[in-house]
Amino acid sequence: MQNTYAIELKNISKRFGTVLANNNVNLSVKRGEIMAILGENGSGKTTLMNMISGIYYPDEGQIFVDGKEVSIASPKDAFKYNIGMIHQHFKLVDVFSATENIVLGVKDEGKYNKKTGRRKVVEISQKYGFDISPDKKIYEMSVSEKQTVEIIKVLYRGADILILDEPTAVLTPQEIEKLFAVLRRMRDDGKSIIIITHKMNEVLSLSDRVAVLRKGEHIATVETANTSVAELTELMVGKKISLNINRTEPHDTSDRLVVSNITLQNSEGVRILDDVSFTAKSGEILGIAGIAGSGQKELLESIAGLQTLTKGEILYHSPEGEIFNLRKRTPEQIRELGVRLSFVPEDRLGMGLVGNMDIVDNMMLRSYKKGHSIFLNRATPKKLAETIVEELEVATPDIKTPVRKLSGGNVQKVLVGREIASKPKVLMAAYPVRGLDINSSYVIYNLLNEQKEKGVAVVFVGEDLDVLLELCDRIIVIASGKITGCLDARKTTKEEVGLLMTQNKRG
Amino acid sequence: MNEVKTEKKREPLFHIVKRNAIPFWKSWLFRVVAIVAAVVVCSVVTVIMTDLNPISVWDAMFKGSFKNEMKTWWMLRELALLLGVSLAVTPAFKMRFWNCGAEGQVLMGALCSYATIMFCGDKMSYVPLMIVTLVAALLGAAIWGVIPAIFFAFFKTNETLFTLMMNYVAKGLITFCVIFFAWENVYGSGKVNFISTGILPMVYNNEFLIILIIAIMTLFMYIYLNYTKQGYEISVVGESENTANYIGINVKKVVIRTMLISGAICGIVGFLLVTGRDYVVSPESAAGRGFTAIMVSWLAKFNPIFMILTSFLVVFFQFGTEEITKAFGLNEYFSDILIGIVILFIIGSEFFINYRLKFRKGAKEVE
Amino acid sequence: MTVFIQGAIRQAMPLLFGATGEILTEKSGNLNLGIPGIMYVGAIGGVIGATLYERAVTSAGIVPIMAVMVTMLSAMLASLLMGLIYSFLVITLRANQNVTGLALTTFGIGIGNFFGGSLNKLLGAESASISLGNISKYFKMTPPFADNLGWFGEWFFSYGFLTYLGIIIAIIAGYVLSHTRVGLHLRAVGENPATADAAGINVVKYKYFATCIGSVIAGLGGVYYIFEYTASWSNNGFGDRGWLAIALVIFALWKPGIGIVGSLIFGALYMLGITTVGISRTTKVVYEMLPYLATIVILIITSIRNKKENHPPASLGLSYFREER
Repeated sequence: MQNTYAIELKNISKRFGTVLANNNVNLSVKRGEIMAILGENGSGKTTLMNMISGIYYPDEGQIFVDGKEVSIASPKDAFKYNIGMIHQHFKLVDVFSATENIVLGVKDEGKYNKKTGRRKVVEISQKYGFDISPDKKIYEMSVSEKQTVEIIKVLYRGADILILDEPTAVLTPQEIEKLFAVLRRMRDDGKSIIIITHKMNEVLSLSDRVAVLRKGEHIATVETANTSVAELTELMVGKKISLNINRTEPHDTSDRLVVSNITLQNSEGVRILDDVSFTAKSGEILGIAGIAGSGQKELLESIAGLQTLTKGEILYHSPEGEIFNLRKRTPEQIRELGVRLSFVPEDRLGMGLVGNMDIVDNMMLRSYKKGHSIFLNRATPKKLAETIVEELEVATPDIKTPVRKLSGGNVQKVLVGREIASKPKVLMAAYPVRGLDINSSYVIYNLLNEQKEKGVAVVFVGEDLDVLLELCDRIIVIASGKITGCLDARKTTKEEVGLLMTQNKRG
Repeated sequence: MNEVKTEKKREPLFHIVKRNAIPFWKSWLFRVVAIVAAVVVCSVVTVIMTDLNPISVWDAMFKGSFKNEMKTWWMLRELALLLGVSLAVTPAFKMRFWNCGAEGQVLMGALCSYATIMFCGDKMSYVPLMIVTLVAALLGAAIWGVIPAIFFAFFKTNETLFTLMMNYVAKGLITFCVIFFAWENVYGSGKVNFISTGILPMVYNNEFLIILIIAIMTLFMYIYLNYTKQGYEISVVGESENTANYIGINVKKVVIRTMLISGAICGIVGFLLVTGRDYVVSPESAAGRGFTAIMVSWLAKFNPIFMILTSFLVVFFQFGTEEITKAFGLNEYFSDILIGIVILFIIGSEFFINYRLKFRKGAKEVE
Repeated sequence: MTVFIQGAIRQAMPLLFGATGEILTEKSGNLNLGIPGIMYVGAIGGVIGATLYERAVTSAGIVPIMAVMVTMLSAMLASLLMGLIYSFLVITLRANQNVTGLALTTFGIGIGNFFGGSLNKLLGAESASISLGNISKYFKMTPPFADNLGWFGEWFFSYGFLTYLGIIIAIIAGYVLSHTRVGLHLRAVGENPATADAAGINVVKYKYFATCIGSVIAGLGGVYYIFEYTASWSNNGFGDRGWLAIALVIFALWKPGIGIVGSLIFGALYMLGITTVGISRTTKVVYEMLPYLATIVILIITSIRNKKENHPPASLGLSYFREER
């Protein structure tokens, strides 16, 4: 047992269409070890773990469990080899109790009995120090409790290799401490634990070794004791790559959107946004950097009037010098104030556009209410659709094609084109180049730069640091719902941004 | 990501993939094939049950609708009434609100019409009476439709079950009113008095006006759904509530408004039933049209123009089997069996329009 | 009083069968609005089986146990077929549940009334109406000890075996749902099929079995009505009881145990309208409306109180499609 690894991956590759999600990855985890997997968004961490837990099947490469080569084609197979994964999105039945969820689908010996199931759950909880009420219903639970149920569920099925996908993203500091205590106890019990994370301090305090992934490739595996935040950050973000995005100096800037001290709580009282303040200026691109899920989406939605804030103000300074407070206003009311705010949301087909409608009808989404007629005016949107298709070179059979049939890049051109067409004064874009090919990405960069030239205040939420550094004028960094820094994009470095992103200041 | 798992063992023979797009003609080809298959099955069933020559049966089937001019007019009137209810449920369905309560909403329209005529018939001259009656029918049915919508909008109360239950409350309400207001010709006989005033004016013949009204409504509904702002809002809410919020549509308002419209149209049909066809009200006034309309609307993919076709299909079978029944001494319910078969076949064909069977690698793909 | 209680129980039973069947079906996430049609088909299946058996052996040679078995089996087979049609369309072909269910109800009621009205004619007999007296008397046989128990016997033991079967089935269904692994898995399928799938539960299999078994149970409700209650077929005689059974499912909050009580309440309301002396006809109508009104009230209250245990199964009405990976 000394020499064999609990799990070992050799030369694993996985492709989705043309995208290479994992390229030739090697990884090995010992018994009684906590291995952290570190990487930016899109570095292929989750894909890799999904191949161990049977959700994807690798295109190339081998997986060994306890030294024997195995084929893991389904979650069932993964259970067979005692591998269990705790996903970010919990798979639990809301109206069931914790125990019912834990025993679900397990074919124990003999007759099903609520009491024995419950007893085993209590046993596992006591062994590792979980704090759980076995009869509590899932819908009455906090996120942390739900996560506990997921972990026990995996243990109940006898897993001794546990994979946790960003388990701390949704927890409070106290809950994180509890979770880490449990994980350490499990390690001491001989289990192998793989934890996907972005947060440097957690990596350092918890793990025995760290594997760093970047752009689908395995960069290095280092002993936690022998490394530093600086080294890990450098491994994670890599060397700066020049993109040659044409950036101009901002001129005639003035305050356009002043956000002060806004706080947003979810239904459980967790602060999704915590005292966030910043100013977006006209004629400038303001970048927002951060690990996915740090509150970027909610921040933009708050400004657009889709969230109910608990605190703070969002002031819009019109070019004419008027000031409006956008807080507590619906999107419709914001529009009625004459505030020209455009928003390219992250979820393009689920929010920004209607997939089953054609390009013309999608053009109308923003403008259909104009005028007093009860009838729709399709002439203007049709012209707009034609213009956008032509100018942005949208590849589509015609403007009557439902947008869900278009490719990702073309969908995004339609969406951004529409948002720009309303001649905004503020343009917010969330991950506008995610999933786009190089050419489409540059089309989007150019559009944003054009808007900046026209004096629009552009807010750009991005994940690729190279892009943020070359496209934006200023960058604010958000981590766990808090602003951790405001940087000059021309002067800062990837490492500096990366450090601020992985700072965990919540609590 | 429609990737096949590269697992060697246990690979299924085929798997099911959602279609991206299907040409217009092809989707209708599938439907036509389904109808043809259904007709074949219907013929077999008919022959087995009746020992008749299928050709003479289908001949009788056609005669049901086209034997003489009168039959055709009746068929068209029935088509119109069914189409009317289908028009009513369509905006709700487009919004993904499963209004299974058209039956009750029609009944409320009929009840309010009848009650108005009974109470005001001798106190008003004809034109104001008809206007008041129509308004009463619209109001009654709209209220019946909007009650579940309000609870749906604010509490997410299951609308299918709610509207379904409202049907039977409406039926009870009619029985109650008939007794309570002594509308029977002899107390306790169960025979309700016909209205003597407030009858729909005769234009060309008894059927024409009803058909005309519904034809106009069909056109209006088509325009409403496709060319007005409200129709557009209905589509957006139905497609994605997220998008609706994003562009600032008040979803609750749209749900309630749409169900008011849906109910009101049922009210018109109820009004037409009482003043132009039955001249009386009973718990069976709607005659299952509220349920059939759900199938008609769904089969036509919520397109009012296609609904003319689908409701014709249903009514054609109804009239045809009625004729068969009479000609060969069968039981009148035979039509329900045949209609059931046809609809079940069409429902089944939708699968092949929406999905595609993809056989294992190397095997051919079935369109 | 005796008449009232007996009547209430007899009225309750068809609803109980229907509701128990529909609860099982809905627990798997299928809203089967074809239940009214299925109950008609179950009834006519029994009638056809009984008639054919009686003609085959002539009335002198009827073996009671065989007669009952043939009737029951043909009813169960008929309703099973209906359940399979529904399952195939909704589960395998992912058709819209409301539309499929309603079409099946049209179809089923058509079949019931068609055969009910013309069975004898099809078989070449003289009289048009079907008499089931020879066989239904075996369905009406009461437990032998009932006569010695006075009012107690009359209240509780003056019914045929189907009455007790209905209650037993409801109790078993309730037990299975809340106390067995199968029940746990079934509820998971109806609540969150993706989670059940991930836990290794065969979603399609559970949906098929629940829907088909549910249909068979509902079909027995039709048999009960014809053989124990009326002993003859009359077209549309079964009336709206199928819809009332669906109302009862909501009233019972998807729990077969409460279904027993609920069916008795519904039955009692019906009997109240018939047996109460000096009651006005309007009051009778109100009694008949009450079950639906009560159901609506319960539907509203549960959605406002937002206690999730009392909600319909979360995936009710939706078809499950595991996206290919």
